[in-house]
Amino acid sequence: MTTREVMLQRIREAVTQGRESGGFAGPRPIPRDYARSGEHAPGSPEVISLLADRLIDYRAGVTVVAASQLAAAIDTALGTDSVVISDDLDADLARAVRGSGRSVTVDEPGNRLPAAELDAIVTVLTTARVAIAVTGTIILDGGDGMGRRAISLVPDRHLVVLRADQIVQTVPEGLAVLTPTAPLTMISGPSATSDIELSRVEGVHGPRTLDVIIVSG
Amino acid sequence: MSTFLGLPRSSGAPASPLRGAMPFPVAAKATVADSQLRRNMGNATATIRAKRAAVVSELPDWEALRDTGSAVKAKVMARLPELLEQLESAVVARGGVVHWAQDAAQANDIVTRLALAALPAGAPAEVIKVKSMATQEIGLNEHLQANGILPIETDLAELIVQLGNDTPSHILVPAIHRNRAEIREIFLREMPGAPADLTDEPRRLAMAAREYLRRKFLSAQVAISGANFAIADTGTLAVVESEGNGRMCLTLPRTLITVMGIEKLLPSFSDLEVFLQLLPRSSTGERMNPYTSLWTGVTPHDGPQEFHLVLLDNGRTNALADEVGRAALHCIRCSACLNVCPVYERAGGHAYGSVYPGPIGAVLTPQLTGITGHGDPSASLPYASSLCGACFDACPVKIDIPSLLVELRARAVDADRGGLAGGWDAAMKTASWVMSDEKRFAAAEKGMLAGRLIGRRKGRITSLPFPLSAWTSARDLPLPPRQSFRSWWRERERRDGST
Repeated sequence: MTTREVMLQRIREAVTQGRESGGFAGPRPIPRDYARSGEHAPGSPEVISLLADRLIDYRAGVTVVAASQLAAAIDTALGTDSVVISDDLDADLARAVRGSGRSVTVDEPGNRLPAAELDAIVTVLTTARVAIAVTGTIILDGGDGMGRRAISLVPDRHLVVLRADQIVQTVPEGLAVLTPTAPLTMISGPSATSDIELSRVEGVHGPRTLDVIIVSG
Repeated sequence: MSTFLGLPRSSGAPASPLRGAMPFPVAAKATVADSQLRRNMGNATATIRAKRAAVVSELPDWEALRDTGSAVKAKVMARLPELLEQLESAVVARGGVVHWAQDAAQANDIVTRLALAALPAGAPAEVIKVKSMATQEIGLNEHLQANGILPIETDLAELIVQLGNDTPSHILVPAIHRNRAEIREIFLREMPGAPADLTDEPRRLAMAAREYLRRKFLSAQVAISGANFAIADTGTLAVVESEGNGRMCLTLPRTLITVMGIEKLLPSFSDLEVFLQLLPRSSTGERMNPYTSLWTGVTPHDGPQEFHLVLLDNGRTNALADEVGRAALHCIRCSACLNVCPVYERAGGHAYGSVYPGPIGAVLTPQLTGITGHGDPSASLPYASSLCGACFDACPVKIDIPSLLVELRARAVDADRGGLAGGWDAAMKTASWVMSDEKRFAAAEKGMLAGRLIGRRKGRITSLPFPLSAWTSARDLPLPPRQSFRSWWRERERRDGST
């Protein structure tokens, strides 16, 4: 017998033994009495302001702009930073990132940037799949505009552009839109540690600065 | 093999990451006397208790989430064989390789073999590690080092423990017993390239760790992680963290090896909607931890292109067969029970001698190790509790830890019946002989007054001769009152009779 077979055999015996001694009540129905959706609709002013509150509490920067102001907001936010984007970023956003001659590196199939090169770039701009207001969580799934996980990790600053209709209120609503097998990264504020006397320090290995632009309307 | 307490006796159990060198009362005597440790622990646990209480009170459906969490875990235990096979085929279908390890030795061999094969010739024999209880439990770092591979812990607290040549004392914050001044000293002494002008400000200390580890992250070829959750129906694994060291390890190296206890499963992806609410609020007292990474097998062109999952038993099957053990396997390692425990707060994690300290450790450790006899340090752990019940209230998956501890104590007593009477039995038998006869009891009451003399100076009695030493070795006795109840009653009757 292989180790696998031995282990599975022993686990089966343990479960049977437990069942016979009355320890297992058998598969009982699982209660689901917790809130599976919030009282506010996705993209409503309430969820936008809740998300902004939570992110600011984590010491992230938040700007809420109208669609017509987005390009200007990106330009202001990036300033003189060097920037990396994924090749599948929306063309309008990419144009706004380039602005008037900013240094922009594109991560693309023929030019996957090694970690050391990413380390020399100040800021990464990405989109996101969904955001959860109640926990201040932004989720990336590697879809259009988000790129490989490495590009949103190594640069010191992460600028996220989020559409208001991507913001839901609760954790269950947020997870419901995800494809489980995609490479998922859930981000709630800049990296942080509480390992020294449980006093919180923002900014350790992940991006030390997280800024979010929410496009409303 | 049985996990019941007090069966075959052997002298001196082998020390392992799960088994201490001495029983809890002996170890705790030393740690309780360390006033610096008590101050560090008192501050840290008070801070985290307040944070947890604040974020838990924000959720009106907290109790409903706990109920679901508990029921999901019960279902996992009842269906463990099917769920493990399901997980295996889902991981394999997405390009991962699944390994099975019955015990620590097998798991260590598998990981070492995989790491050696994955390290390119000429590259430094180093692997980067994400904080993982499973790899601590099997002593993986020691095994890797013995085989010429240097494991580099990348979680800040783990790094402090590793550089300080220390052992962890908390599930979540392994260096909780160290204060900032001690951490500064460790960094200056042990961290290559630590700035000479390093202060003890937490930000400066964290930045020194960032500088040191960034070089490692950018060049590492192999990472080793644990997993917080594994989703059976999709093959998805989850690591919940704060610093971004987890993301670095799970993203940048070419090869990822994950070691996971077989009980970490959840049946389906949607169960995460419960556990991702329960875990962060219970552990760090945050609405959500800064980073959670989820991955399924290998994603082409994104992250590690070689993924190995090692499924670890190491005593879990024994625990599963047992009522107490099965309940303890529901644990999601949040550490809320440690932070609310008055015994843990005062004794510190090292006194438990196991990588799993605190209330859940006192249940889980003896279940995983089995008990080799009365002298086994693991046998003392179910007594390391005042049974106040705070741990049960705090547990996000509603493990009734106090009842489990009582059950383990009952088994220890049952296993000892009929053997040579220890101090405890002798004391109980003496008490029974004294209290069953009025004259003997009256004489004993007079004797109690002598206790006032023994404890006069300290205001309490701290040591008594055998067999009463069985009580006073770990506890103080208050001074007996000046007058016994029976003597007071007699006087009162006399007074009442004369009016």
